[in-house]
Amino acid sequence: MSNGFSAFLQELSNWAIPLIAGGIVLIALIKKVKLYEAFVEGAKEGFNVGVRIIPYLVAILCAIAFFRASGALDVLTAALAPITNFLGMPPEALPMAVVRPLSGSGALGIMSELINTHGADSFIGRVASTMMGSTETTFYVLAVYFGSVGVSKVRHALWAGLLADVAGLLAAVWICRVVFGG
Amino acid sequence: MNYVFAFLILVGVIFAAVNGKMAECTEAVIDAAKGSVELAIGLIGIMAFWLGLMRLAEKAGLVSLLARLLKPILRPLFPQIPSGDPALGNIVANLAANMLGLGNSATALGLKAMQELDRLNPDKKTASNAMCTFLAINTSSVTIIPATVIAIRAAAGSANPAEIIGVVIVTTGISTIVAITAVKLLEKLPVFRIRGEVEDE
Repeated sequence: MSNGFSAFLQELSNWAIPLIAGGIVLIALIKKVKLYEAFVEGAKEGFNVGVRIIPYLVAILCAIAFFRASGALDVLTAALAPITNFLGMPPEALPMAVVRPLSGSGALGIMSELINTHGADSFIGRVASTMMGSTETTFYVLAVYFGSVGVSKVRHALWAGLLADVAGLLAAVWICRVVFGG
Repeated sequence: MNYVFAFLILVGVIFAAVNGKMAECTEAVIDAAKGSVELAIGLIGIMAFWLGLMRLAEKAGLVSLLARLLKPILRPLFPQIPSGDPALGNIVANLAANMLGLGNSATALGLKAMQELDRLNPDKKTASNAMCTFLAINTSSVTIIPATVIAIRAAAGSANPAEIIGVVIVTTGISTIVAITAVKLLEKLPVFRIRGEVEDE
């Protein structure tokens, strides 16, 4: 894969939204849908959804902020270190792995820092990139998605999401080792 | 969620007291509260745009077409959703947007799908099995193009910013398989069963 390929993928991401929007409008026009009315009717809901998720977001993001700022997260990270070292995760990548499910912007910050310190093409840089690209901010997704429909009992969704995160974060290390060496 | 919330805050308070970080904690919480509202408000515009566009897609029959095309994959994942229901089409739209790395647009489409799932949910306060499965797939992230990461790598002077794509696809595949397996196994546990539920499907 070359830089050309990377540029192509960036372009694909750039093209996606205009193409999808254009396609939907064109087909709706052919099917004689009242375009403008239908669009506005749907868009009206946007405000309500945005407002509805606020209390859920405040609850979860404040709780996480508490946990991080108090130093509890650092203790958790230190406690996990023996396990993750044993599993072959580079110690530098551990804080990234712990923060990833809790805070997307936090993880992005750590990733940028790791890339700047160790280099984008170092093993740690590649592992951090892969972790960032292949997992989601589970707590944020749960708060926003369930909050938007007023669901407060999330049942097993949280545990399934966290298990998937653990699997993804460990898989990132192993697969990078196999593919890139190091 | 009650226990998670209590755990994060109580453990936070205890550690803040021990570490003498009360001031930092106060500041962090206030910032987070402010940030949450900014995040939500920031979503409103893009939310409105996609909800408008999806209404067009629905009226043009595109959403149910999508649901019908991908029926063989969706059926085993979401057995509770009647086939041809718009919820399925919206789920597909969200997953497609995620794969393309469309960020907030993917979120907007995901929330649209949640509205459809909510319509089918008899107990409005409790997550349905379909919702949990959908969320598990979403939190495991189904990415093909990690656009943000590639951009940061390029900015940091990587010789090949996109080289991680293959690795990301494999990793995200593994975590998605784990997510689906976990959600399907966990939903059978008595602790997570919906109260008063006899048989699920």
